[in-house]
Amino acid sequence: MLPLRSALKQTRGLAAAFAATTALLAPASLAAQEGETTITAVMHSGLRVLDPVITTAHITRNHGYMIYDVLTAVDANFEPQPQMASWEISEDGLTYTFTLRDGLKFHDGAPVTGEDVVASLKRWGERDSGGQLIFDVTESLEATDDKTVVWTLTEAFAPLLTVISKQSAVPPFIMPKRVAETSPDETITEYIGSGPFVFNQDEYEPGVNVTYEKFDDYVPRDEEASWMAGGKVVNVDRVVWTTMPDALTAINALSAGEIDYLEQVQIDLLPILESSPDVTVETRDELGYVTIGRPNHLHPPFDNKLVRQAAMAALDQESMLQTMQGDPAYYNVCGAIFGCATPLGDEAESEIVTGGADIEKAKALLEEAGYDGTPITLMAPTDVTTLINQPVVAAQALREAGFEVDMQSMDWQSVVQRRAQQSPVSEGGWNLFFTNWMVPEISDPLINVMVNGRGDDAWFGWPDDPEIEELRKKFMKAEGAEAQKAVAVEIQKHVMDNVNYIMMGEYLIPQARRNAIQNMIPSPVPVFWNMTKEAE
Amino acid sequence: MLVYILKRVLATIPVMLIVAVFVFLLLRLTPGDPAAILAGDAATPAQLERIRDRLGLNDPLLTQFFTWMGQLLRGDLGVSLLSNTSVAGMLGDRLGPTLNIALMTITISVLLAVPMGVIAAWRHRTWVDFLVMSFSVLGFSVPVFVIGYILIQIFAIELRWVPVQGYKAPSEGFGAFFSRAILPSLTLATIYVALIARMTRASMLEVLGEDYIRTARAKGVRENVVLFRHALRNAAVPILTIIGTGFALLISGVVVTESVFNIPGIGRLTVDAILARDYPVIQAMILLTAGIYVFVNLLVDVSYSFFDPRIRY
Repeated sequence: MLPLRSALKQTRGLAAAFAATTALLAPASLAAQEGETTITAVMHSGLRVLDPVITTAHITRNHGYMIYDVLTAVDANFEPQPQMASWEISEDGLTYTFTLRDGLKFHDGAPVTGEDVVASLKRWGERDSGGQLIFDVTESLEATDDKTVVWTLTEAFAPLLTVISKQSAVPPFIMPKRVAETSPDETITEYIGSGPFVFNQDEYEPGVNVTYEKFDDYVPRDEEASWMAGGKVVNVDRVVWTTMPDALTAINALSAGEIDYLEQVQIDLLPILESSPDVTVETRDELGYVTIGRPNHLHPPFDNKLVRQAAMAALDQESMLQTMQGDPAYYNVCGAIFGCATPLGDEAESEIVTGGADIEKAKALLEEAGYDGTPITLMAPTDVTTLINQPVVAAQALREAGFEVDMQSMDWQSVVQRRAQQSPVSEGGWNLFFTNWMVPEISDPLINVMVNGRGDDAWFGWPDDPEIEELRKKFMKAEGAEAQKAVAVEIQKHVMDNVNYIMMGEYLIPQARRNAIQNMIPSPVPVFWNMTKEAE
Repeated sequence: MLVYILKRVLATIPVMLIVAVFVFLLLRLTPGDPAAILAGDAATPAQLERIRDRLGLNDPLLTQFFTWMGQLLRGDLGVSLLSNTSVAGMLGDRLGPTLNIALMTITISVLLAVPMGVIAAWRHRTWVDFLVMSFSVLGFSVPVFVIGYILIQIFAIELRWVPVQGYKAPSEGFGAFFSRAILPSLTLATIYVALIARMTRASMLEVLGEDYIRTARAKGVRENVVLFRHALRNAAVPILTIIGTGFALLISGVVVTESVFNIPGIGRLTVDAILARDYPVIQAMILLTAGIYVFVNLLVDVSYSFFDPRIRY
């Protein structure tokens, strides 16, 4: 008995000494942060590419919104609003005149001029598919003085403001002219914007940490912040983005108060956070994401429309979303190819994907198509959590309908390389893969790359679909919300018939924050203006 | 001795060269396209082609290889395809955390494991021996991330003695460093304590049966002198080998522990670079790892003669 008691006593002594040591030493690490407000956020991915025009990676776009500003931006009603500039449109719809507002400055102190805007828009136009469409009908784009930019078109392009105000998949961020003159195929090497935060080059560790400091000379607009529009008022001194590869570690760190904000929380780990009194779990991006299947239109059997229809009939949104998300609060059965909560979204003729699997119909379609049992090569990524389940559920459903399925597991990088192969399956090609998009990236026929029907120039899967191209041209000319919606519904019906891609429904990703973080605005892009941090 | 070291150092040159060629070819034969990672999901094939051109990925393999070798000979590890930052800088940033955690782990392991092994051998087939061996089996069998989570739950979440995660360099204050490094080091040490304790015990058991130990005891030498001066020194060679290999393993990357404790070390850098097919970073990492192995092995070999004068080079 005695040795045990003495051993315990010793352990207690050791523990107390250890606690005292760490307690004594701990304040040293906190001293640096005293007196200033820092928000530490764990983002969905590490920041590695700092050029928001060359890449469509979401984390780089989010970085873009921190340090750059945009000419115009959409608000929560999907309406373009002035941000750096206001505009006037000539009566014939061919001339857009943008006037920069007062007080715009880059982080090096130089004023933002029309020349900077022109160079930035030109570089963006070479990279972005929507931008390319505008430049196809551009006669000239020039700065007539320091504050004025005139964009003259050869034919009317009604959605111009919508395209330049888009918030995802390459928004036209305004950079200094010398930076914007970098080739669009090379990454920029100077990171100076005129946005509300300044990038701290010294503290940047690619893939690990990035620090932003409040830009004291930024002049926010007077309007209230709404999505990416309105006044970007910064109420904190520093924002640090950090990466945590382990989801449970991030959750523990949030509960312990070591971080303030977690951009994405895995659904299966939510119960741990929901029991924490200091943390709020919520969905700030109410539009969410879509998951889709893309068939390869070049090769059998999906070069046959009836086979594509059979595949669509065999798949069931509910079971796929259920497998992906589990909790019905975080998914939404939705047949609208432009998203269910967007102005152009409409679920016309989508019962085939939303009404559950119709195996009999799929079998009948396969028979009508004369499907000869050619196996479908289905690429299944194993290293991206949000893409693991779709191929597995799809393979089972397709087999039930009579398809031969060859599901091949690989890492996402291999999928990315293989999906670019136009060769037949026997020579390294493919038939079907699944991927996800943010709803703002698919919410419009000019932004949604999967409704591009230009054959070899289209997105992977390469549908040669002149009919949809005609509809997209019609959309570019349609003036007013009603006319645009009517064309969008026609495109929706066409996609449901031609199966350019298979809409597999919408899902939401919740975020979590310490209760001390307040006034976060709802937005599809996580933004750090407007928010405040109270002392805990 | 000096000639021997010089010979060994020279012998590393062909080894490193073979590793370089092998790594270079292996990476180019693996499917994946850094340009596609750089450009993101919506890039068209034509855009990707232009980016590949700019990055030099469309050059013939031989040209790419000789460009890289040329850079290496000038001491330039190149630039990351993704972040456009110098690979040497990235390695420098990440080597610190890994090296410090590895040193702390190996120190804890040796301080605990060697006495444990010696005592287990000394008290062979008693409850002490049984206890040490049980711990050893446990240390081997429980996955390292489970140990990590358990330690976090107890010391960071329940007792709140230390932070859950993160890393601070010793230059930012020893307390900040120590409080963050202690849990990952203890986690990693579990395996190494198990390994080194077993090896020490086995090696000691062999030596304790030798005639000269009996002679020493017969001469009335004190037991701790017998154990630590006569026996342990003669049992040291296999123990040193294990410590050396363990240290090299720790430096070349402990991805799971780095992830669980959010330490920006070499292991995570390697995995991230592989997933993104960031060729210059992966190539540099593998060369560095190979170099570390060669160096640690040399160090271990040289140290043999210190413990065992019969070994002469």
